[in-house]
Amino acid sequence: MTSQVDQSEAVDGSDGDEGRSGPGEGRSGPTAPAGPTGPDAPQPGRVKPIRRLDRVIIRFAGDSGDGMQLTGDRFTSETASFGNDLSTLPNFPAEIRAPAGTLPGVSSFQLHFADHDILTPGDAPNVLVAMNPAALKANVPDLPRGAEIIVNTDEFTKRALAKVGYAADPLADGSLEAYHLHKVPLTTLTLEALKDSGLARKDAERAKNMFALGLLSWMYHRPTHGTETFLRGKFAKKPQIAEANIIAFRAGWNFGETTESFAVSYEVAPAKLPAGRYRNISGNLALSYGLIAASRRSGLPLYLGSYPITPASDILHELSKHKNFGVRTFQAEDEIAGIGAALGAAFGGALGVTTTSGPGIALKSETIGLAVSLELPLLIVDIQRGGPSTGLPTKTEQADLLQAMFGRNGEAPVPIVAPATPAECFDAALEAARIAVTYRTPVFLLSDGYLANGSEPWRIPEVGELPAIDPDFAAGPNREDGAFWPYQRDPQTLARPWALPGTPGLEHRIGGIEKQDGTGNISYDPANHDFMVRTRQAKVDGITVPPVEVDDPSGEARVLVLGWGSTYGPITAAVRRVRADGGEIAQAHLRHLNPFPANLGTVLRSYDKVIVPEMNLGQLALLVRAKYLVDAESYNQVRGLPFKAAQLADVLWAAIGTLDEEDHR
Amino acid sequence: MNEQFPSLSLVPKADAPQSAKEFKTDQEVRWCPGCGDYAILAAVQSFMPELGIKRENTVFVSGIGCSSRFPYYMNTYGVHSIHGRAPAIATGLASSRQDLSVWVVTGDGDALSIGGNHLIHALRRNVNLKILLFNNRIYGLTKGQYSPTSELGKITKSTPMGSLDAPFNPLSLAIGAEASFVARTIDSDRQHLQSVLRAAAQHEGTALVEIYQNCNIFNDGAFEVLKEPGTRDEALIRLEHGQPVRFGADGGNGVFRGPDGELFTAAVTPENEAALLVHDAHAASPATAFALSRIADADTLHHTPIGVLRDVKRPVYDELMASQLATAAAHRGPGDLATLLAGNDTWTVD
Repeated sequence: MTSQVDQSEAVDGSDGDEGRSGPGEGRSGPTAPAGPTGPDAPQPGRVKPIRRLDRVIIRFAGDSGDGMQLTGDRFTSETASFGNDLSTLPNFPAEIRAPAGTLPGVSSFQLHFADHDILTPGDAPNVLVAMNPAALKANVPDLPRGAEIIVNTDEFTKRALAKVGYAADPLADGSLEAYHLHKVPLTTLTLEALKDSGLARKDAERAKNMFALGLLSWMYHRPTHGTETFLRGKFAKKPQIAEANIIAFRAGWNFGETTESFAVSYEVAPAKLPAGRYRNISGNLALSYGLIAASRRSGLPLYLGSYPITPASDILHELSKHKNFGVRTFQAEDEIAGIGAALGAAFGGALGVTTTSGPGIALKSETIGLAVSLELPLLIVDIQRGGPSTGLPTKTEQADLLQAMFGRNGEAPVPIVAPATPAECFDAALEAARIAVTYRTPVFLLSDGYLANGSEPWRIPEVGELPAIDPDFAAGPNREDGAFWPYQRDPQTLARPWALPGTPGLEHRIGGIEKQDGTGNISYDPANHDFMVRTRQAKVDGITVPPVEVDDPSGEARVLVLGWGSTYGPITAAVRRVRADGGEIAQAHLRHLNPFPANLGTVLRSYDKVIVPEMNLGQLALLVRAKYLVDAESYNQVRGLPFKAAQLADVLWAAIGTLDEEDHR
Repeated sequence: MNEQFPSLSLVPKADAPQSAKEFKTDQEVRWCPGCGDYAILAAVQSFMPELGIKRENTVFVSGIGCSSRFPYYMNTYGVHSIHGRAPAIATGLASSRQDLSVWVVTGDGDALSIGGNHLIHALRRNVNLKILLFNNRIYGLTKGQYSPTSELGKITKSTPMGSLDAPFNPLSLAIGAEASFVARTIDSDRQHLQSVLRAAAQHEGTALVEIYQNCNIFNDGAFEVLKEPGTRDEALIRLEHGQPVRFGADGGNGVFRGPDGELFTAAVTPENEAALLVHDAHAASPATAFALSRIADADTLHHTPIGVLRDVKRPVYDELMASQLATAAAHRGPGDLATLLAGNDTWTVD
């Protein structure tokens, strides 16, 4: 028996649902394991039966030094190259090496992969790989009955058990009876496999994560070539270590094939994604590539001014590798200098970018206000994390929306774009650049920790199909008398001219002091200030953004669920569940938060009820209530983790139910 | 190549000789009558033509404070930014545009208090910036609070019983921050001011020029002892590279190094004349420049050195940055976007 979701359990499959009867916090409670209906016949070259599944959720968990993120990354790459749809959720502590064997030191990597399109890393794992007692204890509560647990028994010593508060050995006391437990002495087996490698015991032991990866690769028929190539590349300067890891990896695979503990293996067929060439990509990588693409498509050299901060630093790391694209990366002395340098470069005609997280935005606020006043293009990338203050550095949240909207002195409107998935971070970077350059304005790009580190397959776009961005630099005087006015606006966009130093005849001075309309000279005139404040607002309000799309297949829904940012995955998965169970629900997701799409008010008013799930205490809800006078209802969670699909499905059902009750009154 | 100003070798040369007038704007200058800033502005405007570069390739960046209004009066490109941040903004500009001559205008509050962090990091990075620090030892634009260079015990609006802060010595701070060029001059001495500007403009990398500037409203006469004909010869030490350090009427006094390595001043006699300190602005060690920066009496300003204390060659940040880009392009080609986006692990769905 297994809890893994096989074909018989899947929703009809046509809508590619996340699997309403999948294990987890479904509203009908944990699902009883279903009998296997897939073909169990052995395949040629395989001595054991193979079962077909439509999707699987695996979680690798261990000490933060055990290499769980690497193991997860490798399994993800194997899965991507096999052609499954996938979604990942890395989850790790802020400490680099928290005390070994303790609960706070547990690092995990969850991967959901399927033969159809999926939207989330999954609510609850079907398989847990626990490298030590701490990893078991921290993760067992998330497992549905019948889940498979693979434990490294070598680590279950009296001392290790006591360290995390296990009074008795959970592998022996029957407390795991609800699960399908595989007891594997991973360390011993790895050492045995490497006994002729000449490596010291300590070094050999470190390959145990590759043994586990090999075992899981056997279980799920993952291709292995990519991992072997990867290991040879990673340890190119230490061929002995590379060989040892490959031996451990193969030993894990062979162990699965031969040991009796693992009776069956599983197949998850490739997903039928839209035609095209694909790769796997994380949000921060997609965002970095989007910035380089925006630089290429605009002809503006990219200048990143940044200060290291979790979870944004990977963008600085990535961009610093691409100097051959003319990318300048400046690691500043602080957050303020990071944005200052980016703004200075923008004055000189670069595509200025600063990347940070919430605490960094707080420090940059004054310079963002200056950019609003200077009316120069600038991208401000905020990879949101748990707050306030230092908060939860490695966990996700979307509580910087109001900071991005309003977190400056004076009336300082800034456009905001927000990607919905990791791959969409690429498009969001291009879109933010388009708005910034076209309208001469700083633009916020709000990503978050979940999008940044999560990954999914991405259809690689053709360079020619990417939007072109025209910087349209000022080339000469714009007044009849031969003068140049730096604040003479384009009548359509209200954008001011961008005149670069080095252009003769356009010498001008701009600053943070209020300036006279047109000339840009200092002005304290009351009517002029009133005019300039309203004009800067009108410029942002007038930015062309696409209408928000509503997904309401039957047209009969009375409840609309509205989201923004990374909640797209779980909200959409929940919507699919509700519809699969016969519910009517409409969905809209915002990629532009300032200005809102022009049709948003009409959309909101067309439904009897609007539900807004957010990983904050209701920031988007506050904005739409204020702007459109609709009774939008918040559903909130700030646990540092994404919503679960089952949890949101319950919320949507409750909203539908409330309306029905009101009707009967 | 610009022979006289190697730091401007990538800046396009002017087509024709320029005049000071070309560097004036149509904006009314709004400093208080009698402010030392007027003299500095006039000195800078009449110095700029000497650089021989296109006016449109010159940028002045400032922060906040009286001195920071400076860019509005220079007919070049200019940014009047926010308090303390001018070095950061100018760093982004200078490190991305080597064809520009970038100047920062700042004050003692702007550069040493709210913007202290950016100043020290600009100096250690050695970006090609010329920083003019107008030091009037007071906050002027906020109407008279003590500044980080005000003397201990100073009575101001915010310190009615005297300030409790020990002041910064801007030149010591700059040398401690690994500055490659450190100089001091005085608002009222145009010839000396321009000679220091010239040396700063010739320097490759960050140049810090402290300009003693009189605020006749809130701290009048702060540097009077250095200006008054009766006292200035005794109070000022004019440094010249390669020359013995002498001061006073007819150079009757000089600077010497004691057996403990400390510098001291004394009357020059035929016996000690050979032992006079010879100023070496290019010395690899910053030790003597540091000692000179501290030789003045903090209370009386007697024995205040002016001129170039330190001028050494060090790798320039923007050059290094550009050279990394060139190296990357030479080794890996100019970067192909399609190849980058595809990466190494792709699969195709039909």
